[in-house]
Amino acid sequence: MSLAISLLLWIVVGILMVIAGMRSRGVLTEGLRHGGGEVLRLLPRICVGVVGSGFIAEAMPKALIVPWIGPQSGLTGVLVSIVAGALTPGGPVVGFAIAAAALKSGGGAPQVIAYSTAWALYAIHRLVLWEVPMMPARLVWLRASVSIPLPFIAAGLAMALGKP
Amino acid sequence: MIVAFSAAAYVYARDGWDHFRAILLSDAALLVDMLPKVLGGCLIGAFVTLLLPREKVARWVGHESGMSGLLIATAFGIVLPGGPVTAFPVAGAFLLVGADAGAVVAFITSWTLIGHARTLIWELPFMGPDFVTWRLLAALPLPIMAGLLARAALRTGLAKAP
Repeated sequence: MSLAISLLLWIVVGILMVIAGMRSRGVLTEGLRHGGGEVLRLLPRICVGVVGSGFIAEAMPKALIVPWIGPQSGLTGVLVSIVAGALTPGGPVVGFAIAAAALKSGGGAPQVIAYSTAWALYAIHRLVLWEVPMMPARLVWLRASVSIPLPFIAAGLAMALGKP
Repeated sequence: MIVAFSAAAYVYARDGWDHFRAILLSDAALLVDMLPKVLGGCLIGAFVTLLLPREKVARWVGHESGMSGLLIATAFGIVLPGGPVTAFPVAGAFLLVGADAGAVVAFITSWTLIGHARTLIWELPFMGPDFVTWRLLAALPLPIMAGLLARAALRTGLAKAP
């Protein structure tokens, strides 16, 4: 599965490179340079995040995870996860490291989906630090309010879909 | 980063060196496995930025765009690369060229929930393909729902147009 995804990814990269190359040589080299630079910039953060997530999972109090957000925790677990997601600060490293750790320590998948959906949609620090300065505040609050039910819907759909 | 280091120190103090090394090695293996994906994801992002006709997309998501506007905005959210520094200014620019607020809400929701950059570079390595597929399926209808809710809120006067 992991190999298939890598393969698919690189086929897409190949197609995009061919299209860029057909536009001009300059577009192709610029794309390669930007993409490569982005990897180098992200690499240290990814290393700390991935290695750290294993330790965060180990350090997490497992005794608390399972009763609060385990597969049997139902709607209460979903609600707890959503509040936790909205309050999680930091970028993707922190959010996904915590989500991965919760999953490893016995959290239920719909609950973890609710957590990462809430965190992606309305982590409070991101609304205030990123979104409000860059966009009309009215749109930000409109978006955040219509997003409130979405993590519940995501968790519900995940439960309905069952494990793939 | 502080959280990661203190968690590592705590595990070391509690379980000793052998356990610490076992976790470190399994995490390192995961890291090696994810590197080609990260590189691929970054390259896709870079090329999409160069090849995507942003002005055209903005015209497709105007006030009278209806359901197709929401679908286009959602698709655009999936392909738009980059972090908040790229996405929010693009959304702001959409509003300036006359995009419908519901479409802009659908775009941001799509970018943050099912955007390829976050999914490929961050979520896939951390959470594994099974979980990611499951979550993506559950998240797929959400941008459209958010766009429809935003339009309904504006129409009924619950919210004012930005």
